Amino acid sequence: MTDKLNRVLTIDQATFDAIVAHARRDHPDEACGVVAGPYGSDRPARFIPMLNAAMSPTFYEFDSGDLLKLYREMDDNDEEPVVIYHSHTATEAHPSRTDINLASEPNAHYVLVSTRDGAEVEGTPIDFRSFRIVDGQVTEEEVRVVERYDDDSENTQKAEN
Amino acid sequence: MAEVRIPTILRPYTDGERAVTATGSTVAELIDNLEANHEGIKERLLDGADVRRFVNIYVNDEDIRFTGGLQTAVADAATVVILPAVAGGAGESR
Repeated sequence: MTDKLNRVLTIDQATFDAIVAHARRDHPDEACGVVAGPYGSDRPARFIPMLNAAMSPTFYEFDSGDLLKLYREMDDNDEEPVVIYHSHTATEAHPSRTDINLASEPNAHYVLVSTRDGAEVEGTPIDFRSFRIVDGQVTEEEVRVVERYDDDSENTQKAEN
Repeated sequence: MAEVRIPTILRPYTDGERAVTATGSTVAELIDNLEANHEGIKERLLDGADVRRFVNIYVNDEDIRFTGGLQTAVADAATVVILPAVAGGAGESR
């Protein structure tokens, strides 16, 4: 089953930057959100920052009303959550036990950003990593940042790590 | 007969269907009816006598946590949406 999954997250620079900016803005609380894309496209196209209803430095949760609205909207647009992102603000950008236990979108790229060790400051290097989480199994994947999605691979660059 | 929207992660119980129909005058009855046709789904929704902490169930757009929980009435032709919470985080162990 996992063979069908793309082992790379391809994401455009503007969306990458928007996720990082959100993580920095909400530091020291965890930031969270979704990047929706056309169903089956695997293309993160529509950046949707979400409110962390837990407002916590160690936990995030979408508000249940916001969650319903989000999924209804994606349904209406024939979209799915291509990326589900959140930040860790004092630990590494790797899924925690909680993240693994609660992961419920086997088709999504789970993006983690870490704002620890001063990375909340704009212009400093920041860890931005992507994972598949399926049935409790975590698989890290490459993050490929492109200027635009119609660009060919010549303009592809590796994500800063 | 209510329409029940099934999230991706529970579609293995519904042969991949995104929506199924179920009957019941309350959410509790509706879940029993779901279970009768889609064995195993109930355990994914309930933890003992309660809805699981990280499962959200909505009847006509209302989260049942605020409308009487499993005893929430389900009118004929209601739309029931099941959504797993989107949640996680670093946790307290640091």
